[in-house]
Amino acid sequence: MDNIKNRIYNFASENKVVILFVLLCIGGIYASGSPLTFVASELFTRIGRNGFMVLALLIPVLAGMGLNFGITVGAIAAQIAVFWVVYWGFEGITGFLLCLLMATPIAIFFGFLVGKLFNKMKGAEMIAGMVLGYFSEGLYLLFFLFIIGGVIPVYNDRLIITGGVGVKNTIDLAGNIKYSLDTVPMLTIIEILFFIIVISTIIKIVFNKVKETGLSFKKDLIILGVGAIVYALSFIPSIEAFLSTDRLLLLHAVIIGLVALVLMQIWYIIKNRFILKDMDYSMKKPIALIVLAAILYGLTYIKAIEEILLYVNLPVTTYLCIVALCMFNSMIIRTRIGQNMRTVGQSRVVANSAGIDVDKTRIIAMIISTVLACWGQLIYLQNIGTFSTYGAHTQVSLFAIASLLVGGASVQKATNKQAIIGVILFHTLFIVAPQAGKEIFNNAQLGEYFRVFIAYGVIAVSLAMHAWKTNIRPIDDTKKPARLKGQKA
Amino acid sequence: MEIEYLLNMDNISKEYYGNRVLKNVSLQVKPGEIHALMGENGAGKSTLMNILFGMPVIHSTGGYEGVVKINGEKVLIDDPHKAMDYGIGMVHQEFMLIPGFTITENIKVGREICKPTLLSHIFGRDLEKLDIEQMRKDAKKALSNIGLDINEYVKVAGLPIGYMQFVEIAREIDKTGIKLLVFDEPTAVLTESEADRLLEIMKIISSKGIAIIFITHRLDEVMAAADSITILRDGEFVARKEIKDTSAMDIAQLMVGRKVEKLVDNEKMENIRNLRDDDLALTLRDFYVNMPGEMVKGINLDIRKGEIFGIGGLAGQGKIGIPNGIMGLYETEGTANAFGKDLELDKLGNALDNGIAFVSEDRRGVGLLLDETIEQNIVFSAMQAKDEFLINFAGLKLYDKKRAREHALKMIELLDIRCTGPSQTAGSLSGGNQQKVCLARALTLNPKILIVSEPTRGIDIGAKKLVLEYLVQLNRQEGLTIIVVSSELVELRSICDRIAIVSDGKLATILEPDAADVEFGLAMAGSKKDGDKND
Repeated sequence: MDNIKNRIYNFASENKVVILFVLLCIGGIYASGSPLTFVASELFTRIGRNGFMVLALLIPVLAGMGLNFGITVGAIAAQIAVFWVVYWGFEGITGFLLCLLMATPIAIFFGFLVGKLFNKMKGAEMIAGMVLGYFSEGLYLLFFLFIIGGVIPVYNDRLIITGGVGVKNTIDLAGNIKYSLDTVPMLTIIEILFFIIVISTIIKIVFNKVKETGLSFKKDLIILGVGAIVYALSFIPSIEAFLSTDRLLLLHAVIIGLVALVLMQIWYIIKNRFILKDMDYSMKKPIALIVLAAILYGLTYIKAIEEILLYVNLPVTTYLCIVALCMFNSMIIRTRIGQNMRTVGQSRVVANSAGIDVDKTRIIAMIISTVLACWGQLIYLQNIGTFSTYGAHTQVSLFAIASLLVGGASVQKATNKQAIIGVILFHTLFIVAPQAGKEIFNNAQLGEYFRVFIAYGVIAVSLAMHAWKTNIRPIDDTKKPARLKGQKA
Repeated sequence: MEIEYLLNMDNISKEYYGNRVLKNVSLQVKPGEIHALMGENGAGKSTLMNILFGMPVIHSTGGYEGVVKINGEKVLIDDPHKAMDYGIGMVHQEFMLIPGFTITENIKVGREICKPTLLSHIFGRDLEKLDIEQMRKDAKKALSNIGLDINEYVKVAGLPIGYMQFVEIAREIDKTGIKLLVFDEPTAVLTESEADRLLEIMKIISSKGIAIIFITHRLDEVMAAADSITILRDGEFVARKEIKDTSAMDIAQLMVGRKVEKLVDNEKMENIRNLRDDDLALTLRDFYVNMPGEMVKGINLDIRKGEIFGIGGLAGQGKIGIPNGIMGLYETEGTANAFGKDLELDKLGNALDNGIAFVSEDRRGVGLLLDETIEQNIVFSAMQAKDEFLINFAGLKLYDKKRAREHALKMIELLDIRCTGPSQTAGSLSGGNQQKVCLARALTLNPKILIVSEPTRGIDIGAKKLVLEYLVQLNRQEGLTIIVVSSELVELRSICDRIAIVSDGKLATILEPDAADVEFGLAMAGSKKDGDKND
């Protein structure tokens, strides 16, 4: 009994922040009286729009640089590219890819500079990043208000303020890159993935021939085979029809997810029991997961849930980008550079004495984060559809960091899971807050205040709760003299 | 035939800013032997090791004189990585481990085993994938090599201190081509059984042909584990001996052995004191202090009114913890009683209220406000603790500039603080004058007991004499009870009436200043010779 009690207590105290915000969300939804279908569809739109940006924060945390307020710089890189691409008149996915192509080098350069700066002020990266955000905004304003039109001649009535100097307040992205990524059909993605597999296999084989690395590419051939089969399947008319859309009904997404989960568990069982013949392998976990999947599938038949599942449509490509970024984050940890980042993050002294180039590692972490933030801002802009020239980047870091913190992350530790949970909780609050404020205080204005209050309040509350959590950690008894042991802990 | 030495450090000398810290020191280590390196604090052990490792601190201050040879070949090590390449490893005293990493990750830190991937072919080896299986196998092997039965996937954070030390050792062993391992006071943080275990492990390592330099203060450990020993004193080479040809008494004598030069001629001063065993200024009963690195583990002391009482011992043994505990700066247990009144040790400032003033050993960190003026520094404590140097002005307490200035000028004259005036900043003074400012501040409190921790640390010999002389003068003329805590035995022996030696947080013994060198040596090295235990 005590054991279970302890475990519950530990779980609760470790996830204090998350639990608090879950309760707030439930309370908010209840108070606002908004229909669940509305909340859910808004929420999924916002996950697609903001998830990428939040995930861009993880790597600097890993490298011990805290929450990267400097992602504003990445957002600025994206916006510069968006302006030019719109000016040149490119449209659709071409325009989007061009933005990507143009913004990435700028972001790499910016990230390098930010990394250099942060190396000069180790330990104060967060405040430095915040101030840097304001500073770079100054330069950005100079560029957009004066240099464009003033120094670089740009003639475009739609983009430039009458008089020829400075960019207009708002740029409408409809008709050029709005929804350009969201509307890429699944079929295209499968095609692209297939070609990536083919090309990478070829490169690998060529490398093997040239360098004689002796790598086995049996695995690659299997992947290639699976890829080919999937690609071939997509030519079947009924599947092709299903795949040629760009949105996926949430119900279908859930079913696909559950089926994938079950198949994966079955594969684990087969692999461990029958291929590796590992008799110690415990089947409890996979079986539990399969049962769980079945229960979840059963839940989809409940009226209220089914309603939501049938109401929400997911932009598949955007979501796939988020999944890919999650995979990237967890993959980089398992590489040499990732391990170096972790070491640097935990102790620069140890890293240095182990021969790791601390400064270089930190710069790389910053570059990756800035580039990802830049892509995140591109995804955000193409989804939202209007580019507010002087406002789009201002609260990027604030909202992303608030989301991450709500998910239970801290300055020292942040995971994919926390990022995703954080996005969900933070944006749920964001959606229901104005309405809830209006319902409770009977004043729409107050509801608006509520929203702003939440973003800042969230950061303050979760940082304070983390500080509290760190403080109440029992004092290390082992180092005390015998008499003092355990007396004041 | 000449003996084949793995490491030869011949006639090494080193100067820091004109201060010679090593004078013609030699060190020879044979392959596969455990060689102990002993000496008091400041004898030059760490400087010698810094030279061996090519630490930047050596080469940024003008390098060293003398020759370092490895396997008979002359080498120049000017970079820690070069030392690693020559197969020299170090087990640090403060652990270079990452608590959040597993044992495997810690052992392999910076030397991860990786598998190439497609991306690493294109973008370089940074993107190689970690080969966790192989790393685990290596870690397991290193751990079993030192006879440690522990799971390699456990996180370091929860391990007992002793195991952390063993993980450090395993990491060094895992490095390929390791020939020489330096253990810097490895047993300082270990419990007795862990220390025994460590000595065993050292023997196992040396039996595999790896030489060990064992820096320690504990004589009995040297006698138990080492094959040979080099003793340094005041930066000079004293002796190199085989352990089988020597004894603990010999070594203790060699370590301390010097004639007590009277730094202060206190005979001349008029002695009006009347020291009585029943007239006590400060008593400690069963006193524990939880000061990291300077643990005090149950001390009983009676300090008589009007005496100069010395507390000595090696660094990290707890002597510094005593004054810090009395002042309430760290968590304590037990009682401290000043002039018949128990101190409320958990209340910061209570000791001050009871007439105890403290000059901290950490002059620049805790002792002084470096950016403030001398005047401010002198009156600061009295202002805060006793509301002195303040004028009441309509309910506001304002700084009484005039009186503070007067007092500061008086103190500057009294203590002969060399400065441009009371408004010079404390940070710009020399070490000796800074120490005088600290003293002036403590005296401004009009204490009945003055505790001075490391009074002469970092100040030159002339200033040293002045400070010590002044302490004696205060004691003789004002009847002030003074407690001096110092690592320098010479200075304790020249001014104190009695000297307590603290070893491993406990009182080893109380000695007269003219007791034999051997007694001091043995007490400091923690060998229990006579039954002078306090419990």
